Amino acid sequence: MRASSLSLPAIATVGLLLAGCSAPAPAETDLPAEPVADGSFTLYSGRDEELVQPLIDQFTAETGIEVEVRYGNTAELGALLLEEGPASPADVFLSQDAGALGALSRAGLFTTLPAEIADAVPAVFTSTDGSWVGVTGRARVVVYDGERLTADELPDTIDGYVTEEWNGRLAVAPTNASFQSFVTALRVLEGEEEAAAWAQALAGNSPQIFEGNTPILTAVNDGAVEAGLINHYYWFRAASEVGVENMRAQLKYLTAGDAGSIVNVTGAGILAGAEGDADALEFVRYLVSEAAQTYFVEQTFEYPLVPGIAAPEGLPSLESLLNPQLDLSDLDDLATTQQLLADAGLI
Amino acid sequence: MTIAPPLADGVPDARGPLVEPAHPARPTAGRRPPLALLVAASVAAAAAAIPLVYLVVRAAEAGLPTVIATLSRGRVLEYAANSLALAAATTATALVLGTAVAVVLTRVRVPFARAWLLISALPLAVPSYLAGYGWLVLAPGLNGFVPSWLLLTAVTVPYVTLPVAAALRGASGDLEGVARTLGRGPFRAFLVATWPTVRPAAIAGSLLVALYALSDFGLVAMMRYPTLTWGINAAYSASFDRAQAATLALLLVVLALVVVAGERTARRQVPRAAARAVAPRAVGRGMLVSLLPVVAAAPLLGVGVPLLGLLLRLLDAATLRTIDVSRLLEAVGATVGVAAAAAALALVLALPIAALAARYRGRLVTAIESVGYLGHALPGIVVGLSLVFFALAVVPALYQSLVVLVFAYAVLFMPKAIGTVRAGLGDVPPRLVSVARTLGLSPLQAWWRVTVPLALPSLGVGALLVAIATMKELPATLLLRPTGVQTLATELWNRTVVFEFGAAAPYAALLVLIAAVPAMVLSGVRSAAKEEL
Repeated sequence: MRASSLSLPAIATVGLLLAGCSAPAPAETDLPAEPVADGSFTLYSGRDEELVQPLIDQFTAETGIEVEVRYGNTAELGALLLEEGPASPADVFLSQDAGALGALSRAGLFTTLPAEIADAVPAVFTSTDGSWVGVTGRARVVVYDGERLTADELPDTIDGYVTEEWNGRLAVAPTNASFQSFVTALRVLEGEEEAAAWAQALAGNSPQIFEGNTPILTAVNDGAVEAGLINHYYWFRAASEVGVENMRAQLKYLTAGDAGSIVNVTGAGILAGAEGDADALEFVRYLVSEAAQTYFVEQTFEYPLVPGIAAPEGLPSLESLLNPQLDLSDLDDLATTQQLLADAGLI
Repeated sequence: MTIAPPLADGVPDARGPLVEPAHPARPTAGRRPPLALLVAASVAAAAAAIPLVYLVVRAAEAGLPTVIATLSRGRVLEYAANSLALAAATTATALVLGTAVAVVLTRVRVPFARAWLLISALPLAVPSYLAGYGWLVLAPGLNGFVPSWLLLTAVTVPYVTLPVAAALRGASGDLEGVARTLGRGPFRAFLVATWPTVRPAAIAGSLLVALYALSDFGLVAMMRYPTLTWGINAAYSASFDRAQAATLALLLVVLALVVVAGERTARRQVPRAAARAVAPRAVGRGMLVSLLPVVAAAPLLGVGVPLLGLLLRLLDAATLRTIDVSRLLEAVGATVGVAAAAAALALVLALPIAALAARYRGRLVTAIESVGYLGHALPGIVVGLSLVFFALAVVPALYQSLVVLVFAYAVLFMPKAIGTVRAGLGDVPPRLVSVARTLGLSPLQAWWRVTVPLALPSLGVGALLVAIATMKELPATLLLRPTGVQTLATELWNRTVVFEFGAAAPYAALLVLIAAVPAMVLSGVRSAAKEEL
């Protein structure tokens, strides 16, 4: 066969593609059009549609502002926003954890929030520079198999879980952002050497390595693993699906002040391209309003961060978990934490 | 029509029969491909190379010391070794099992043979993450290498079974009979006489299996077996460290190129000439009973058990939400639409590469074909981010449009079409084209009237494989879809992340059901053209 007979479609394809390829890579010139309060904005939500959409509908009903929402997981949306840079169609980012917000903030992608919003939550739960604001709090907890263990059989501090007795019994997700925040807290609270020693002890204790919090909870709830380190609200989500009484997994809160019990946050920031967009601002203001804070308490069982709103029922008070020596903004040194975990052979 | 006996002579070029008895596998060696074909294939390869360019840019930003630091991390070597071990083991078992199943279904008179073939194609329809999840419901303790290996084998076996079964239906069994009369046992006779003719199909299928195993993240995450894709995902999710992720992905690319090179060495395209389908032989009941479990293994492990697990989780769910039918239908429409478009575009891109690889050799041809396979070896998130990068740089107006989404699918899955189309084009005896040319047809006419009809089934197979893969794809879809557009896979993800198994079940069921349609068509694609020869 003479393959040159393919040339007609081939040439057409080449032409089309070359037309596309020949455009030079633009510099930082692709800034979106000047933002205006046009009654709508685009939200990238790293939080799930089932949990967030009702709140957004409520917001639209109250303000008349339409929200175009792009749902994804926080990690992927964070990477996406970094990739999009100033060209992002997004106006607001609602993140599942503080790590993503920190990364975007360091990349200079956020605009500064007005003080009235940035100061709505206590300083320990928000950014130091007003680039994003904390919205809800989630506590680190130990989840355990309620059929095999009772709460008083479980150690009260994180050190208790790396002893010989716990060899092979603890599930962790060392590549997960919330685990790494906890290890960072350990470094801040107890010093580098102590934290490294803990990580080494964990690594030497045959931990069950998982990829994220959800699989750990599922494994504990199915009886595959005895205990694991997760964030508290995962349990409540699962319980709302199968019924609290059907949950085999139970939660254990560690001693207040222990690094294992830190409270991490979700939060939101306005992207630099949307600076001055009144609609976007209105939404972020709404997130720290009483209406939204109450919504999160009731629907997602997270801690409200705005003072004066009660914590979800059945949870220890936020104050009892708080560590006065720890400022969340101290947790941004992820690189050192990752080196520490890598040295221990955990990541 | 005069037909040369199979394997008896070399491959003629356009000037007439040129016998190359020593190297029957090197068609038209030394001839230069036509420029237009070369250009078209290069353009398709350039599209496939977008992720590679992106990865190099991101890794280069970090600088060599960072790259070295990343690669020298304690667990990276372990990740890479795990990836290789999993790909090697999965490929070996899929090759053996897939070939065995194909032989049983084409050479043995099995009751309901068509139904069995169809069932053996079904595992393609199950996304690996769903297969892993379903198994964990029933056996929560599963983890590590062995379950990852067995389950990956179960969901990828059809990549081997289907092309080998098609090739066997076209393969001549005469020689096998001759070998038997010369005293060889059935197995030896198969190896000597039939294997060489189905080998290209089997090897091409195995390559897809190997690349799938390298790039899969869903199943290894479920089974807690840390591979390079795990490391790549972790780099994005914990630290938003794109340089580190890019470095690990480049390592994955290197592994993939090793695999592609291995396939090239193992592949020897033998152009088929005479082919007379062999009638399936009747075997005793006892023999049948012992053979059918071989055929049933992959569908049982890859489809039956996972679906049972999902069903149990559904029954567990206390909250059975009402199904939003219009939303469900919208997702079905979007899924089918993007899958069809992706299949068409992937075919357009794969065709010139396959045409080049089927007939020509040389470093450039090798490079173009190898690059064409890259997308399949990379996790969806890497390809997705690379197209975010590409679209914003080159066609910002199309960013987050269906065009870019479909293009991403084509980059990801064009390898599924390259192998089958290449095998199909390679199967067309060049002598037929020469005959057509001597009868006065122009090259284009000869191509259209001889090559295209004969290669059509393989084009169809390629398109269907791409369509199935597109329907199941998640990470690139999440990144690139237009805001508001939902596919069955994204809807399923939406619900399972919040433990809404009751609400997720209809989406899971529909996804498997809809992906099963092309899988079924695939099982029925007969190499009719070959049999007519």
